[in-house]
Amino acid sequence: MMGRTIIPIGPYHPLQEEPEFFTLTVEGETVVDIDVRIGYNHRGIEKLSESKTFENSTFVIERICGICSTSHPFAYTRAVEDVFPMEVPIRAKYIRTIIAEGERIHSHLLWLGLAGHFLGYNTVYMWAWKLREEILDALEILSGNRNNYAMFKPGGVRRDIKAEDIPVCLKKLDSILPTLDMLKKAVLDDPVLHARLKGVGVMTYQEAIDFSALGPTSRASGVARDVRKDSPYGAYQEMEWDMIVTQNGDVFDKAVVRILEMFESAKIMKYCLINLPDGEIDANIMDVPPGEGIGHIEAPRGETFHYVKSDGTNRPVRHKVRAPTFMNLPTYKATVQGETISDATIILAAIDPCYCCTERIAVKDDRGHLLYNGKDLIRLSREKTEKMKRRMGVR
Amino acid sequence: MSLKLKALLKSPWVFHLSTGSCNNCDIETLDCLTPRFDIERFGMLLVGSIKHADVLLVTGSCNRMSVERMKAMWEQVPKPCLVVAIGTCAGSRGIFKDSYNCPVPLDQIIPVDVYIPGCPPKPEAIIAGAVKLIEKVGSTL
Amino acid sequence: MTREEVLLDFTSRFHEDILDLHDKSRTRVFVTVTPESIVRIGTYLFRNVGARFNIASGTDMPPNIEILYHFIVEDINLLVSLRVLLDRENPVIDSLGRDIEALNWIEREMSELLGITFTGHPDPRRLLLADNWPEGVYPLRQDYEEWDETADRTRGI
Repeated sequence: MMGRTIIPIGPYHPLQEEPEFFTLTVEGETVVDIDVRIGYNHRGIEKLSESKTFENSTFVIERICGICSTSHPFAYTRAVEDVFPMEVPIRAKYIRTIIAEGERIHSHLLWLGLAGHFLGYNTVYMWAWKLREEILDALEILSGNRNNYAMFKPGGVRRDIKAEDIPVCLKKLDSILPTLDMLKKAVLDDPVLHARLKGVGVMTYQEAIDFSALGPTSRASGVARDVRKDSPYGAYQEMEWDMIVTQNGDVFDKAVVRILEMFESAKIMKYCLINLPDGEIDANIMDVPPGEGIGHIEAPRGETFHYVKSDGTNRPVRHKVRAPTFMNLPTYKATVQGETISDATIILAAIDPCYCCTERIAVKDDRGHLLYNGKDLIRLSREKTEKMKRRMGVR
Repeated sequence: MSLKLKALLKSPWVFHLSTGSCNNCDIETLDCLTPRFDIERFGMLLVGSIKHADVLLVTGSCNRMSVERMKAMWEQVPKPCLVVAIGTCAGSRGIFKDSYNCPVPLDQIIPVDVYIPGCPPKPEAIIAGAVKLIEKVGSTL
Repeated sequence: MTREEVLLDFTSRFHEDILDLHDKSRTRVFVTVTPESIVRIGTYLFRNVGARFNIASGTDMPPNIEILYHFIVEDINLLVSLRVLLDRENPVIDSLGRDIEALNWIEREMSELLGITFTGHPDPRRLLLADNWPEGVYPLRQDYEEWDETADRTRGI
């Protein structure tokens, strides 16, 4: 029988009986089971969509997830356009691509900062989030807001990009590249991070296929799939850029994929800003015909999929929303079991779930006694990094 | 009681809680801690336990699953505790007022002291709201 | 294999189960199949053709409840959506999530939001709705009505 120690660390989590997002059952230091409970952010958006017109729905859809606030309207407007089917004007495609790639960069930077926070690399946290501000400034100049851009509408985009804003944004993009390079080297060349993250939380290629995992989470396991390449949309076929795929499927690889993707996104964004074609920005859809449409695009976390059914009126009969994290969350069964609790936080963060998800973790023994909460796990994760640094003589 | 509030004016300890949000407000709140806005220079500290909180920052539209947890947390927090509703969702649920999973707005569950509207409110707005909160507390002493 | 070869192989192999085929565009095909055949066809698409499972969407279309299982054959950029029509009074279908891990969660979601029973599902617990949500009330159905007397649908001003 494994000896179980209950170490009272700080205040106990006040809600011992409440279902958490993640409940880990441990024996000693090893996670033997994980249960995921979602629904804390369920706001009935699919039902709300049925009572809004096609165009008004876009504003609700933007607020499904704050950090993916471009990808949901992008997929939704593509779904509505697919009912016809129709294509939007080329200038609108470029503008959509610019906003989408800007979002990818700041979303990956957010993730990098949080990963640094969980590992005890607070400098990475502060630098990544400070760098993020530059991209948010660029997006604010282009669209008027740091997030929730309200740029998308079925048929095109709602607002145009002014020619005088383009050089300012290009300058901002160029200004972040040296720091991004520094962050890349700080993470990829750090021997402590190699020791800490390599081989941790591995998902094999076959597991990625069985779970239909998406985005960087699956590309890190060798699945060479990206909606921008497989089912092209927007302006992604207009320039050369690389899909980043690695083979090991561990947390380190997931970090590598996200970091390198940021450089590709900057490349795409710059190309689109420099080569923005003239023309209309809106196809001026009047009525959506009866039928069904599907729109799917590559969000920072993977494929976002929207399905729309129309009966010819101005409201959808059915609007199905599927965020990428819905397919990636179940992969925890494969990646966390058998790992230690000090690695649990970083493995859970590696799929890039909503920030709030990673706050609510409970660790229990197999009799259901609460051992640690989410804050404790972050502390354990940082302590492991410190121990490794001391062992490796790094300071 | 005024001793705690006096301490609060110098260095409010804030605890952040989400009741079912899209996370934008949560990210903008965290942004206030980063170098550009740096709310720590005002003495505001984000604490890890609700038992240490002077100010509760609440985001989200109070969906059914989160609200049970929030009510239990409200009972745990040592009073007086000020509540700041960040974002339109925390204010009145905004576009989610007709959602089947968001029955009542936050201020019908716990008393709210400051509302910071916006979707999401920019970090400048959150800081302005924090200043108003401190002024409000200061004026009652 | 080309798009034509994939569709020919598929339609000839399952010609007894396919009720309708709507070839919408180069990248979209909607196939109506019998509910009894969904496990066979879904498994064939997933394991033999190598299609990725996107998601399944259930819709209340009185007198039926319709489920669409969306698969994508990425090499040829073809999205195949399998449609099944269930009787709204008793919507029961075999669970595909028992064999394909990727369908586990969406079947749980459809069963609590629409009231569909997936026989043989390994984990038929609630996924999204709170524990205090009443049994038998399905929010995505057309006839869903507000059951919560304490709900406030005003703007609060």
